Amino acid sequence: MSSIGLVKKLVAQTNEFERTPIPDDQLKGNKSFLGMYAGEHTAGTEFVIGPLFVAHGVGAIDLVLGLLMGNLLAVMSWGLITAPIATAKRMTLYYQLERIAGKNLVRWYNLVNALMFCFLAGSMIAVSATAVGIPFDLEMPTLNDWLPRTPGWIITVLVMGAVITLVAIQGYNQVSKFANVMSPWMILIFIAAGIVGLAQLGVGSVESLISVAQEVIWNGVPLPGMSRFTIWHIIFFSWFCNMAMHIGMSDLTILRYAKSWTSGFAVFTGVYLGHFVAWIASGILYAVFLQANTGSQEFAPGQIAYQTLGIAGAVCVIIAGWTTANPTIYRAGLALQGIFPNVPTWKITAIVGGITSLAACFPALVMKLLDFVALYGLLLMPMGAVIFADFYFAKKMGFRSEAALSTKSNFNLPALLSWVLTLGFCLGLNLFYGVEIFFLGLPGWFVAVAIFVTLSKMKYPLTKSLAK
Amino acid sequence: MKSVLKIASVIGLMLSIVPPVLFFLGNMDLDTMKLWMGIGMLAWMVTAPFWINKKEDRRPKTEEN
Repeated sequence: MSSIGLVKKLVAQTNEFERTPIPDDQLKGNKSFLGMYAGEHTAGTEFVIGPLFVAHGVGAIDLVLGLLMGNLLAVMSWGLITAPIATAKRMTLYYQLERIAGKNLVRWYNLVNALMFCFLAGSMIAVSATAVGIPFDLEMPTLNDWLPRTPGWIITVLVMGAVITLVAIQGYNQVSKFANVMSPWMILIFIAAGIVGLAQLGVGSVESLISVAQEVIWNGVPLPGMSRFTIWHIIFFSWFCNMAMHIGMSDLTILRYAKSWTSGFAVFTGVYLGHFVAWIASGILYAVFLQANTGSQEFAPGQIAYQTLGIAGAVCVIIAGWTTANPTIYRAGLALQGIFPNVPTWKITAIVGGITSLAACFPALVMKLLDFVALYGLLLMPMGAVIFADFYFAKKMGFRSEAALSTKSNFNLPALLSWVLTLGFCLGLNLFYGVEIFFLGLPGWFVAVAIFVTLSKMKYPLTKSLAK
Repeated sequence: MKSVLKIASVIGLMLSIVPPVLFFLGNMDLDTMKLWMGIGMLAWMVTAPFWINKKEDRRPKTEEN
């Protein structure tokens, strides 16, 4: 099959029910979502986030309690905020947003989304490169690196980016299937990493586990140049690292297939495997690396996994990074195609791959992954708040639901102002009050809801005949 | 044939987790553990694709847009 033919086929498949509610015979039970979410949240990012918690000097009790609470809040957000709207409307995020905010605003949303996807995919290419570079004795980036250290790093990343982009253009389905196949093995490798790491740190009993965890792994002392994380950082990061998906409503697209809104809670398998077990395990791996390389500032997930688990560890890092980067590039391409519908998907995917590969040259994307993930969610969250407010408050507060659709408009000013003013408010909190990016999502969400409701009531009030 | 592949896949997974447990218990050295984990990885990679995903399930797509 020609590449263009394949791309057409892929696009046709992903456009299923894009502008119509999911029919009843296509609905899925909770079991489908359990498996899907378990695989989706054990990804390349997990090899970076766990070690960064160690580097930020979080304490052991703070980490465990913070992850338990933050992940619970994330599950509740999916189950109580996203899933009820998804199963009531059964529309994709994009179409739901278009009905409320209009086509023009959705274009801007797509652009921001595509850029964020590019940077996320770039960080995953860089993570994979830290494993690919091992046989070539590549000099690895360090924690405080923003720029590439050597031409070898740039060449490795660009070659990997080119390969991943070609695969994204030609074989998304195969990568998706391969990721599904490798998911159970990757989860076991994370668990194995934790077991081996603990043994290497001298853990032999429950008492020694507690003392090693508190004094060696998560000892509360940040590495040079890193800020110190508290339990609040962990709670808010684990709650909001997928902010774009739950309160940002991206997962409307997935959960619209659910028979019952309770499927939203199925995400607990994913977050507690990926954002609890995997983060703890990768943190242990990094602590082993730090013990073996005292004073090292090197931060290379591939190298770290290879030292403890051998070839299986390095391959796991490559696969985890690749299988995260690949669909992300493809999604970025689709998001941009919403803006440029007449440009062939393969050309857009190639451009996105180029941007992603260039971004991947900069190790800052990996070293600042926690901040980037928080920013990604924050930028998209206000549009999720708009969907929430439109669904729950339109009738109660007396404004038109799905205003763009009902007024046949391509633009909704309250939605735009809700987005822009919320981000301005968050920026102000950050610049003038020093509130860190991890904590901006919660106040930002309430501000976005309040702005949208107030302005919609002014611009799109329900007339008496409509209110009936 | 399919059941043989499934058994080989399960052995692959077992080789990915049992050697680390044996290492933890002090019954295996690190290099041997790494070797068995590498073999387990190969066993899983060459057998699992032939039976996982074979029955095409139309599960919800994760692609946005």
